[in-house]
Amino acid sequence: MTADADRALIGDTGPETGEPPTPPRFSLDMAARRQAAGTDAAVMFEVDDLNVHYGDFHAVFDVSLDIYERQITSFIGPSGCGKSTMLRCFNRMNDLIEGARVTGRLRYHGTDLYGPGVDPVEVRRRIGMVFQKPNPFPKSIHENIAFGPRITGFKGDVDGLIEDSLRRAALWDEVKDKLAESAYALSGGQQQRLCIARAIATNPDVVLMDEPCSALDPIATLRIEELMQELKETYTIIIVTHNMQQAARVSDRTAFFNVQLNERGQRMGRLVEYAPTGKLFTRPDQRATEDYITGRFG
Amino acid sequence: MATPVTTADVVAARLTGRRFRPGELAFEAALLAALLVSLLFLIVLLADILATALPVFRQRTLGFISGELSPTADRAGVGTSILGSVTITAGVAVLAFPLGIGTAIYLEEYAPDTRLTRFITTNIRNLAGVPSIVYGILGFAIFVRFISAVGLGGNVNGRNVLAAGFTLAALVLPIVIITASEALRAVPAGIREAGFGVGATRWEVIRHHVLPSAAPGILTGTVLTLARAFGETAPLLLLGAVTGFFTLGADSSIVDRLTSAYTALPVTVFDWSRQPGEDFRALAAAAIVVLLVILLTANSAAIILRNRYERKW
Repeated sequence: MTADADRALIGDTGPETGEPPTPPRFSLDMAARRQAAGTDAAVMFEVDDLNVHYGDFHAVFDVSLDIYERQITSFIGPSGCGKSTMLRCFNRMNDLIEGARVTGRLRYHGTDLYGPGVDPVEVRRRIGMVFQKPNPFPKSIHENIAFGPRITGFKGDVDGLIEDSLRRAALWDEVKDKLAESAYALSGGQQQRLCIARAIATNPDVVLMDEPCSALDPIATLRIEELMQELKETYTIIIVTHNMQQAARVSDRTAFFNVQLNERGQRMGRLVEYAPTGKLFTRPDQRATEDYITGRFG
Repeated sequence: MATPVTTADVVAARLTGRRFRPGELAFEAALLAALLVSLLFLIVLLADILATALPVFRQRTLGFISGELSPTADRAGVGTSILGSVTITAGVAVLAFPLGIGTAIYLEEYAPDTRLTRFITTNIRNLAGVPSIVYGILGFAIFVRFISAVGLGGNVNGRNVLAAGFTLAALVLPIVIITASEALRAVPAGIREAGFGVGATRWEVIRHHVLPSAAPGILTGTVLTLARAFGETAPLLLLGAVTGFFTLGADSSIVDRLTSAYTALPVTVFDWSRQPGEDFRALAAAAIVVLLVILLTANSAAIILRNRYERKW
């Protein structure tokens, strides 16, 4: 019996104390970064040495990665690896959590989102979000979508915008006759597509998705995944998922996060490997990635 | 000859043999007794009051309800008292609701979760338990003087409806804050996240999503606090509510009415209960009936309004 099989049998789920594998440092030279990433796509986010603390809990440690325009990037990893926390840095949702502190740099089209004078409200108008649990407003379907454009000062044809958003979220045909009805009357999968329609109604640049299918059945999940492929034509998408098959199916690039213990024995999240999805799932560079994607832990 | 025992027989015997469990029965009986005792108190009280009040309503329902205070039992009524109570309660609503709901919104949605915030929240809860007479002393020390100082003391040196309204507003303020806070806290976090997620500011999230969701709870809580203010007696006795009789000039202005002598329904009940003679006992009972009817109406209105709001979605 090999050592690997042994580990699998005794259920070693892996936060390793030893010297963590050093992720490759990112060069600040964009051309070099793009070449290393093997893509011509323009860079949308540049993340350098990002750290997130909740009070004295160090949730995310020294993450550096680039997110490319009009691609789907997925964050995978076991529970508590900081992938959701990381996602919430991109639209400053962590600001709403008491005691959360973000250090390092997270540049969006070159502007540091955590730089002085950056208004988190403006950030969220450009970087929309879909949450784990479908969370429509307790209002009509129409109101759910109209709210975002209204507060961002949209002056045009609201009904047209609503139809367009619902069409792009593949929900129009199911709800076109009941726009005035409560969003709560929809099924879970429909509610989540409504939330996607709501997120794209403000015409954002980026859509962040935090485990958008974890509360849905397989058919609804499939619909959302198809939808993501269509949305990718227009938007940059970052998705956090527990489901490795989903990451493999939908995303262009995948970042694998893992839990590591720091010198004080506390768990913290760390980026282990970031690569084009095909490569990460077939030829990962790191041992921990291989263990995770082959189901040895996590 | 032994009949063979099958599994089916054993199961049937076990499941259908109803066992006598004395502990269970005793406990249920004790709980039922507790309920019946409290119901009995209520029923006896109500029956006694209704029976005592009946002659008054038989003879002159309208006259009693619209009448003024009078030393003559035949002519005394609760009109002035209802007017005073309604004015005081309106004052409480105007003062305590915006302050209380505003405080609750600040504490729940804006204030950072620090030791100071928690200290303040705890003490608001403590304030809700302070005996009402203490608020009467506070009102006498602060509001009466303040009202006299700004020239609204009238001919009663500031012991008027204004002082009563301020004092009862201070009395119910902690309760308004607590009920509004609880209603706000019950709004699911997902609704707030959704609002922030589409780029709403904090105020937009509160205004468009949190407050509408919390409104039924806030509404119910606040109407119940109004009922509390309507029935409050002790502080008003310190604040000059008239226990004898007085008349308002028919042509007195609103300012006069707010700044001169006043009385309130529960104070009138208190006053009449102290008077000797069957006549006034009946009057007191009748006033209690009027008070109860008003409180029940207010509470039912709160429930109806809440249900209507909640049915919307």
